[in-house]
Amino acid sequence: MARADPGHVLTGSHYLDGDHACTEGALSAGCNFIAGYPITPSTEVVERFARRIPTVGGTFIQMEDEIASITAILGAAWGGAKVMTVTSGPGFSLMMENIGLGAMLETPCVIVNVQRGGPSTGLPTMVGQADIMQARWGSHGDYEIIALAPQSPQEAYTLTIEAFNLAEKYRTPVMVMLDECIGHMTEKVVIPEADSIELTERRKTDKPPGEYLPFAVGEDMIPDMAHAGEGHRYHITSLTHDEQGYPVMSAEVQDKLVRRLCDKIRNNTDEIVMLEEDGLDDADVVVLSYGITSRVARAAVDDAREKGLKVGRLRLLTVWPFPERYIRELAERVKAFVVPEINYGQLVLEVERCAAGRAQTILLPHMGGDVHDPAVILQAIEEAAS
Amino acid sequence: MAVNLKKLVRKEDLLSGGHRACAGCTGANILRQVMLVAGRDTIVGGATGCMEVVTTVYPYTAWKVPYIHTAFENVAATISGVETGFRALKKFGDLPVEREKMNFIAIGGDGGTYDIGLQSLSGAMERGHNMVYICYDNEAYMNTGIQRSSATPFGAHTSTAPAGKVKQGKEQNRKNLTAIMVAHEIPYVAQTTPFHWRDLATKVEKALAVDGPAFLNVLMPCTIGWHFDPAIGMQICKEAVENNFWPLFEVENGKYKINYKPSEKKPKTQLADWMKQQGRFKHLFKPGNEELLVKCQEYVDQEWEKLLKLEVMTAEPESVKTV
Repeated sequence: MARADPGHVLTGSHYLDGDHACTEGALSAGCNFIAGYPITPSTEVVERFARRIPTVGGTFIQMEDEIASITAILGAAWGGAKVMTVTSGPGFSLMMENIGLGAMLETPCVIVNVQRGGPSTGLPTMVGQADIMQARWGSHGDYEIIALAPQSPQEAYTLTIEAFNLAEKYRTPVMVMLDECIGHMTEKVVIPEADSIELTERRKTDKPPGEYLPFAVGEDMIPDMAHAGEGHRYHITSLTHDEQGYPVMSAEVQDKLVRRLCDKIRNNTDEIVMLEEDGLDDADVVVLSYGITSRVARAAVDDAREKGLKVGRLRLLTVWPFPERYIRELAERVKAFVVPEINYGQLVLEVERCAAGRAQTILLPHMGGDVHDPAVILQAIEEAAS
Repeated sequence: MAVNLKKLVRKEDLLSGGHRACAGCTGANILRQVMLVAGRDTIVGGATGCMEVVTTVYPYTAWKVPYIHTAFENVAATISGVETGFRALKKFGDLPVEREKMNFIAIGGDGGTYDIGLQSLSGAMERGHNMVYICYDNEAYMNTGIQRSSATPFGAHTSTAPAGKVKQGKEQNRKNLTAIMVAHEIPYVAQTTPFHWRDLATKVEKALAVDGPAFLNVLMPCTIGWHFDPAIGMQICKEAVENNFWPLFEVENGKYKINYKPSEKKPKTQLADWMKQQGRFKHLFKPGNEELLVKCQEYVDQEWEKLLKLEVMTAEPESVKTV
């Protein structure tokens, strides 16, 4: 496994907000190309990149909008760069068509969404977690996506590196679903030595020119890549395509391609999923949360335990793919899931689907603008436990 | 079509005070001047941007006319729809007579006009809606904290094209949006500034009077983003015209007319002196960056020469001029 370049890594302890930490994560991961467009509360990510990149080596281009930003990073990835774009709600919406293009072309790239309150302009400077379903289903057609949800500036750093690794490993767009709270929250961030940061290298073909098929796959269902200008003559297209990359308008090829685009991630769910469990062994009630909400949930869980309630905590660092099997099994042995989210009920639908009536699912919605009151979560735990 | 200052100042101010514009903002001044001319029978659309944010802090509004904000990229499309809606109502006889003569004004900053909003602006101009688009051009994304736009001039420092050890601010010249609008062959296109109140008011009046779309590009020096003393915004406007950084001109049915020509022998201000007052150009005055300053001057000279030629090229021949 490759290691990070010491020239890119700001080893040491820093006092950073989540946006800035995310930039450092990208730099540590070897990101050398960002195309972006200003939008609150994400702009600090690209501002820091624009300041840092001239001395590190790489390119930042500010595009004319978010459609151009996502498209530019897809192009740059095929040109050989490690790429990222950064946005928030309205910009995320504009990117959707080309996120589908990224999935279709199996382009390794990272998309950071510092979530704010929506819909539409919503609450530009305040927190939301209401883009979680959009991250999964935003573009048309069937595809799978990987999305991570950091809970702190420290994780904004580490999960951004992880996002790059997953993007390379599975050749797919990976989303870092930050939120305004973490993006603008300043905390201690420890950046390790470069040689302790493991990086997944791009899957490159070892076939000689003439023999390379851009979408030929082995058992793992993930094709190898060749960059533009490396001597291979190949074709990639947003149309349904065969192993050669040529468009084929048939139900048969569509079936094969779409199944593979989804299954290459679905079948690896257990390997991709990162979650943090705490006190689940004897729990009757599980508080399931992600992102900033998991920090609020923690306070409520601690209070509930002090009151002698059997409550556990489950935090999803990976929101997509959703840990279906894990939740299904957990539902067999707990009474209820309490799901606080800063939206009107999104990931709770997945929990409910997987619990399938074996455990009660209780949504604690919050429309955004600030975080939950821990007392509300505590009350829900008490009700669920009784 | 002469603008009368006495009459103008007696008109109702349709942008009320108490809005949240910065001290020394020249943008609020642009809006007030536009509205003095446009009057009450006006519907305004605003793209996301500082002028939208500062005038519409919920639950308040500074606007005394109907005002619509939708998103960042679509104000020209929004006003296209409003204008078409009024036409449809009129066609079916559902519009009260007193509503038949409305002004439709779309307002956007340079980000919402030069960049993300260019597509919807171009569409609206091509379709020929009877509307006026006003761009308040402060040459960067000020609302999100001074990021470069395609209106940012060469060499200016912004947060996404910063001046530092390796780079010296923006590396591209600004987009010539006014020329792009002229290329749409709409009846009226003009450039102005809020210091030149008579020029601005006349141009707004002309823009509203034409049948079809009109476009005004208005320079809006920004005390925060350009880093200058809030007291001198109007001075910055005045000098920008005197040193040809922002020429006052208009294009009526394809014919160029330059409204102010500085004396070639005795120019009132020099570009470099004007730039020196603005923190965004500070690094260009450091030793070693002399060439960049020369480049700035060359660009301004080149654009001015082009403009002079366009004026001559598009002038009516002497023989056909009506007396």
